[in-house]
Amino acid sequence: MPWDRNQMAARAAKELKDGFYVNLGIGIPTLVANYIPEGVDVTLQSENGMLGMGPFPYDDEVDPDLINAGKQTITELRRTSYFSSADSFGMIRGGHIDLLILGAMEVSEKGDLANWMIPGKMVKGMGGAMDLVAGVKRVVVVMDHASKSGEPKLLHECALPLTGKQVVDMVISNLGVFEIDRGKGMTLIELADGVTLDEVKAQTEADFKVALR
Amino acid sequence: MEKTFKDARSALDGLLFDGMTIMAGGFGLCGIPENLILAIRDSGVKNLTVISNNAGVDGFGLGMLLNTRKVKKMISSYVGENKEFERQYLSGELELEFNPQGTLAERCRAGGAGVPAFYTKTGVGTLIAEGKEHKVFNGETYIMETGLVADLSIVKAWKGDPQGNLVYRKTARNFNPMMATAGKTTVAEVEEIVELGSLDPDCIHTAGIFVQRLIQGEHEKRIEQRTVRQRETV
Repeated sequence: MPWDRNQMAARAAKELKDGFYVNLGIGIPTLVANYIPEGVDVTLQSENGMLGMGPFPYDDEVDPDLINAGKQTITELRRTSYFSSADSFGMIRGGHIDLLILGAMEVSEKGDLANWMIPGKMVKGMGGAMDLVAGVKRVVVVMDHASKSGEPKLLHECALPLTGKQVVDMVISNLGVFEIDRGKGMTLIELADGVTLDEVKAQTEADFKVALR
Repeated sequence: MEKTFKDARSALDGLLFDGMTIMAGGFGLCGIPENLILAIRDSGVKNLTVISNNAGVDGFGLGMLLNTRKVKKMISSYVGENKEFERQYLSGELELEFNPQGTLAERCRAGGAGVPAFYTKTGVGTLIAEGKEHKVFNGETYIMETGLVADLSIVKAWKGDPQGNLVYRKTARNFNPMMATAGKTTVAEVEEIVELGSLDPDCIHTAGIFVQRLIQGEHEKRIEQRTVRQRETV
């Protein structure tokens, strides 16, 4: 059985290490916060200017001055600090954030990432994605293995305009986990329970080595 | 010199002209100068270039300037769900320049600090890098981005004093501090103008030197994505 959204998020949470400062993208990556392992203390960064992001507020706690990068209302914690967008991206670009978990439309075997633009469609903008993939120490992509129409998303080269070149370190899909040696190539290291290597090969355009753990 | 004005309209008096560039603080609808945007909407000014991370929503925030067709060009990182924006952009009425969010923030910071350009690795190998100077430092490739300044910056803070010292609240700080430094003239609106000496000088976010005019205003503070959790019932 391929992993569902929550299982993918739970697998991504295994990449968290004690003491990490982490930025989570919108969608499945947001769910990772629900699976932080016992005994692992992580601080979530929100690129609009906050470290130490708490859970969503109760109805009577909602504060319009307190939102995350997805513009959702959130809460603060005792460890929270606030800062400007310039300081926020200073800590991102300066390599102070340990881990970024985000979604993608396409990833290449060399670690290129495309997730902000489909030519011919209305483009909403890259937001902070280009800064995050360029600056965060380790970049993990969580995405479905194939598009809704069944097209592979792990490719030799991305067809869509890039968000970053040679920036991805790991891809967690609904079929398994790949490690990427940036600029060199990718290796399948895990299969989702009951998924076979042949199934993965059938849905992958990218070349990859196999070193299952 | 008196920096305090009675309302947004009088605070903008003599500052607006057609074709000017305006920086507007805020992230989404959080920390936006609501009253100053409204006063710009109600003025006769047109053909504006607006530098702001987002473009508001239909009918609120910077969306109000779009509805009245005042904006010629936006420089933003994300324009989100804004039907009027989409319509004007797709019909060619509105020019749009996307900047990565951190690059936009740093361009404003640099502009205000007298730094004409800087190098960043953000966007290397993407469409953003096309036509820009590339340079290798310590084996890594960077692109050059330029600092931004504006004819006018409009920002929103929580509290301000008559000298223009500003304090922001929570994530409503966002782009406001850098934009306050990058305007030839900066007008700030605050929720409360407090007496001189009542802000802790060690905790001022924007020093008054960057703020030429100041107003106190009411703020709707509209929420874009009200997201809550339920209390567990025993």
